[in-house]
Amino acid sequence: MKNYKNKKTEIPEEFEKAPEIKRREFLIRAAKALGCTVAAGSLAYLFYDPEGPPAISKQTRLVSLPDFSLSHIRPSMAIVRGTDDRKKALETALNALGGIEKFIEKGDRVLLKVNAAFASPPALSATTHPDLVSATARLCFAAGAESVTVTDNPINDPATCFLLSGIEKAALSEGAKLILPRENLFHPTTVKDAKLIRQWPLLYAPFDGITKVIGMAPVKDHHRSGASMTMKNWYGLLGGRRNIFHQDVHGVIEELAVMVSPTLVILDGIWTMMTNGPTGGSLSDLKQTHTMIVSTDQVAADAFGATLLEKSLENFPHILKAQDRGVGTADFNSINLIQINAG
Amino acid sequence: MKITSVRRISQIFFVILFLWFCLAATLGERWWQLRGWPINWFIQLDPLVGLGTLLATRTLYAGLLWGLLTVVLTLILGRFFCGWLCPFGAIHQFLGFCAKYKQPLKYKVSINRYSPWQSTKYFLLFFFLAAAIVDLSGIFMAGHPLLVGSLQIGLLDPISLLYRSVNLAILSLVDGSVVHLTAAQRFYDGAWVIGSIFLAAIFLNFFRPRFYCRYICPLGALFGILGRFAIFRIAKTRAQCTNCELCERNCEGACSPTSKIRVNECVLCMNCLKDCRHDTMTYRIYPSESGERVSPDLTRRGIVISIATGVFIPPMIRLSGGTTLNWQAGLVRPPGSLDEENFLRRCIKCGQCMRICPTNVIQPAGLETGFEALWTPSLNFRVGTSGCQHNCIACGNICPTAAIRPITLDERMGTGAFENQGPLRIGMAFLDYGRCLPWAMGLPCIVCQENCPVSPKAIFTRDIFQDVRDYTGLRTKITDSDVVEITDKALPPHRFATGDYFLKLSDTPNSDPFPITGNSENRIEIFNPTPYAQYYAVDTRADILILLQQPYVDPEKCIGCGICQHECPVKGKRAIRINAENESRNREHSFLLTR
Repeated sequence: MKNYKNKKTEIPEEFEKAPEIKRREFLIRAAKALGCTVAAGSLAYLFYDPEGPPAISKQTRLVSLPDFSLSHIRPSMAIVRGTDDRKKALETALNALGGIEKFIEKGDRVLLKVNAAFASPPALSATTHPDLVSATARLCFAAGAESVTVTDNPINDPATCFLLSGIEKAALSEGAKLILPRENLFHPTTVKDAKLIRQWPLLYAPFDGITKVIGMAPVKDHHRSGASMTMKNWYGLLGGRRNIFHQDVHGVIEELAVMVSPTLVILDGIWTMMTNGPTGGSLSDLKQTHTMIVSTDQVAADAFGATLLEKSLENFPHILKAQDRGVGTADFNSINLIQINAG
Repeated sequence: MKITSVRRISQIFFVILFLWFCLAATLGERWWQLRGWPINWFIQLDPLVGLGTLLATRTLYAGLLWGLLTVVLTLILGRFFCGWLCPFGAIHQFLGFCAKYKQPLKYKVSINRYSPWQSTKYFLLFFFLAAAIVDLSGIFMAGHPLLVGSLQIGLLDPISLLYRSVNLAILSLVDGSVVHLTAAQRFYDGAWVIGSIFLAAIFLNFFRPRFYCRYICPLGALFGILGRFAIFRIAKTRAQCTNCELCERNCEGACSPTSKIRVNECVLCMNCLKDCRHDTMTYRIYPSESGERVSPDLTRRGIVISIATGVFIPPMIRLSGGTTLNWQAGLVRPPGSLDEENFLRRCIKCGQCMRICPTNVIQPAGLETGFEALWTPSLNFRVGTSGCQHNCIACGNICPTAAIRPITLDERMGTGAFENQGPLRIGMAFLDYGRCLPWAMGLPCIVCQENCPVSPKAIFTRDIFQDVRDYTGLRTKITDSDVVEITDKALPPHRFATGDYFLKLSDTPNSDPFPITGNSENRIEIFNPTPYAQYYAVDTRADILILLQQPYVDPEKCIGCGICQHECPVKGKRAIRINAENESRNREHSFLLTR
């Protein structure tokens, strides 16, 4: 401590000198400092948010599906019995309705909404049969369709569902596009006068540029809603936590039927899943019912499908509710009904 | 062409091949997907996996025989695997190159000097092999329940580590952006730990080139021990040279080629052959003119300590009872998994099953299910696109060590030759009545029942009519056979029109409740199956009921696939959850009298 002062004197002289700064250097440094201050200030001004964030982040634009039905065609339904060849049954039914050309025109871009909900093989009839998918796609192309797109948002793993159900192969082999659901393909929708489907994610992107929509579903038992047929099939267009709609399953099916106005629906009753639906899982859950239904009216198709399940309409409140909403008629005898035995 | 160029081509080839196999481990039928690509080949070539499972199980499973080829080639050539084939080694070498790039020669030489710490890897090898071999003590103490081997080699085995890191951390980030392999984003619980260890391992190259290979890699240690007998080795052709140390500039193994070369550390990078200005370095049968050391710097004490800890730690872990009384019901293993003791003898934590799983439900277990189970496959039904898919046996057929057996669909489903055994159960579903909507909250749901893939369904329902809060004991006037007027209360319009509500009338006590088809403030429309039966009673009592289908699980039918848990709308903590109760692989976990 004693030598502290002495030590200080030991420091070389040049370190002791007051540092010098040239005017030019000072001005440059001051200009840089000013520049940084202005930059920081303007950035702060640019991002300044006096209010803080809202409770719910901004809603994105709502989408809604256009009406794909053909208003100039009288509501019609063809029922073909007696053949288990899906291609033949489909062609017979469509011919009875005036041919596929009546529904699909040259240049149409067609979307096939299949039921690919479960990762199970075609033989178990839990999903739309691949033969039906390929036959429909082929007919659409033959009628001059520009493109055919196949899509669904399954319950089980999507890739596996399309693979195991054979739908992927059927679609691709006919030159149809397959769209698997991805997060960014969903956009929120609100169905008109809906209580349930409000600002709910809808598998909307596959509908981009689409001019015709065909819904394709097998006839299946469903413990909660009574049945899973063409109207329930639109469930596969919803995303998000759609399972909560099971609390009002009939209400949501009614709204789904309002949400989608298809060009045609195809209800496959070659086999009917009588029990253990909608997954099935065993051939013993199925019954051969040898029927193919093609309809412009989804309510009529499902009302007829109910007869294949050997149940009366009051077991399916959603069919009656959809009828009340004006989606179609459950009294299928009142529309242009053509029944054919192709056997 | 220079020998180092040939080596580089070999390394690049095997890195690409490795990455290719990682990409091809995608379930599907396209040419680039899993259709016969030998995606486990690197694991099979890794003799440490073969040796580890051999010690733990006394068998060498199928493809692991490839390891013998590596052993034989190592006995002839030395550690060619490290320098020429190992994709992890190639990554280290590349990053080490980046670290050394444009650094002064003196620095390069200094970081490539031999360090006594390089012996660490041998001790790690002895530790892990001893842990696997504990079983052999059964020769002396037959039947001791805790003296059971535990194969933990996968924690540090470079091929397992690399597969785990790429499968779970790297590919999950790359997939969906750079390449499109899977339809949905993959998630792996705790992948950040696995990925961070990988990053640490490769960035340590900036501290010392090939840090992992030199200090940690137990496979390298095994090759080092085997390499002492190698027929060919790197050698100096003359004892005296200029000692310029250029040969140490890029020496990957830090094996002191200038002085007495350490054969066991040499990874055959051949850089010394290229860097020597006087053609002094060569690769030949004769030993180096300046002498060589063939065995690692190991003390007998060190060996004893590492083996002793290896022998004692697994039985001490078993004192927690994880494989016996204190088994973890939360640890649900993939279908076909061996019983827990045998599973832990085989699983190398490579993550192949987690990569191939089409639904992403197989997850790396964390520490909560016991240290030994770390990063082994465990089913997490919250993650992924579905539960464990009914028609899928991919995991067992990809498992390189048969920790998950390669079962057939028949065995999984209990069909064909397995008719008498019944389906494989991986666990069982338990309902949480406090969270289940129809049980606790009077709301219809049964999503679990709908999605149960078993036929007949393992989840079934029993119907009950339950009073609707605030809407019982209504005073009514019946005006028509299908319309009831409420006189004392206003109803929320349309609330009871969902198809799930019923009306019970007190003056028709024996009839079923009538389905409500619609309601306004003071009118209830009902469906009356006998419309001509007239009820003109005035001022009677009516109760609005809701029909609830309450789910039950049939333990005889439930296979534990967890699709119900995945789909349960009570998302935070599911109202139906799977645990390992009743799993087929551990018969003592079954509580059923039958089977």
